[in-house]
Amino acid sequence: MKRKKTKFSIPARYLLLGLCGIFIFVIFLSYSAGTSGGPLNSVASYIFVPMQKGINSVGTFFSNKSDRFQTLEEVMDENEKLQEQVEKLTTELNTTKLEQYELEDLRNLYQLDQQYSNYKKTGAHVIGKGGSNWFNIFLIDKGSKDGIEKDMNVIAGSGLVGIVIDVGPHYAKVRSIIDDSSKVSGMVLSTSDSCIVKGDLKSMNEDRVIQFSELKDTENQIKEGDQIVTSNVSDKYLPGISIGYISEAKMDSNNITKSGTITPSADFEHLREVLVILDKKTDAVADTE
Amino acid sequence: MRRKVTIFFIIVICFLLQSTVFQALSFASISPNLLIVVVSSFGFMRGRKEGMWIGLFCGLLLDIFFGDVFGFYTIVYMVIGYINGMFRKIFYPDDIKLPMMLILGSDLVLGLIMYLLRFLPRKKVHFGYYLGHIIIPEMVYTLVITLGLYFILLKINQHLEKIEKRSAAKFV
Repeated sequence: MKRKKTKFSIPARYLLLGLCGIFIFVIFLSYSAGTSGGPLNSVASYIFVPMQKGINSVGTFFSNKSDRFQTLEEVMDENEKLQEQVEKLTTELNTTKLEQYELEDLRNLYQLDQQYSNYKKTGAHVIGKGGSNWFNIFLIDKGSKDGIEKDMNVIAGSGLVGIVIDVGPHYAKVRSIIDDSSKVSGMVLSTSDSCIVKGDLKSMNEDRVIQFSELKDTENQIKEGDQIVTSNVSDKYLPGISIGYISEAKMDSNNITKSGTITPSADFEHLREVLVILDKKTDAVADTE
Repeated sequence: MRRKVTIFFIIVICFLLQSTVFQALSFASISPNLLIVVVSSFGFMRGRKEGMWIGLFCGLLLDIFFGDVFGFYTIVYMVIGYINGMFRKIFYPDDIKLPMMLILGSDLVLGLIMYLLRFLPRKKVHFGYYLGHIIIPEMVYTLVITLGLYFILLKINQHLEKIEKRSAAKFV
């Protein structure tokens, strides 16, 4: 006598085929309509996010400990170098300050007070990373209940980190600009020439740089160390956010455009806190129309 | 029921560890894949159907939190769980070689699928680089973790089977 024998069960292989069919449909839906988990997001949000927050503090503790193994010598070396840099930067700062006053006057004149310091921002903690070693998508601990929406820009300290690609009630998924499938429309700050900045797993792992391409520089003015910012023609990124600095640039074989690598301004190795800009590019465009 | 709750907690713990602690303990931006160990182990210990459901659940978690195309990880993990389930007939708890090979094989297949479906279509043609710098390091790191994690999973499964057998015997 066995129990439960009367219960009907589908053979495993048909079940597999059926489920595969369902999820292939879901993938197509996700590609074409940009849908995501929907109600699953909210369920998962309430179960996992609090736990991730807790465990993550443990992880941070461990990595702090491992960082401490850096020898004193290295730190002293670095200190010396930094001292030099401080002196250099102080002089630079003084000149910049003078220029700043001038700029402010000019800006008032032109009433161009649209600045990235004027954007509304909110701070968030990075609570989880990974899923695979192939992509660079991370989670932050604020979601739609905190006013975060899809396509909001994420910055950390000195530069652009990424963009929100999906939100749940208490978390948001951020695709960083170093992710292999990320594309940002950028421009060189000094010449306003536009280019396309792409994340690249290979170059990021090897040299900590990302790629740029299609930079038109007919007068050959661009040099290493030039700052790249988000361009004003981008449809999702707000203009003027620092992406990074050119570390290498060379002419393409077509002799018109340049491509090369950029060192990102944000420190992706130690990403703990980020700022989400609550203003969206699409809203700004809608306002002016 | 007891089995479902236990496996749910195993998956949750592994997922949380993978996305937090092991990210902080990554070597050269490579972190181990604990979920593939869970999916693969329960696949060959329990058969196709259970492997498939566990794969589906793990994949869904990854899709919800880290996927960019919803459903991709789900299908891949589900199929991997199912295929591992086909090896149940030749699995013996005392033998360590087959489980290790299956887990490593699953991780390798996962890496190859990621490359073939997500990187190659975007004209990232340096396969040698991705094999040597992402796929193989991930396999090695996962293997190190597997040495500990697999025995925990094996013991949990044996314990569950013992309880199930005992309660089934009561009804004979």
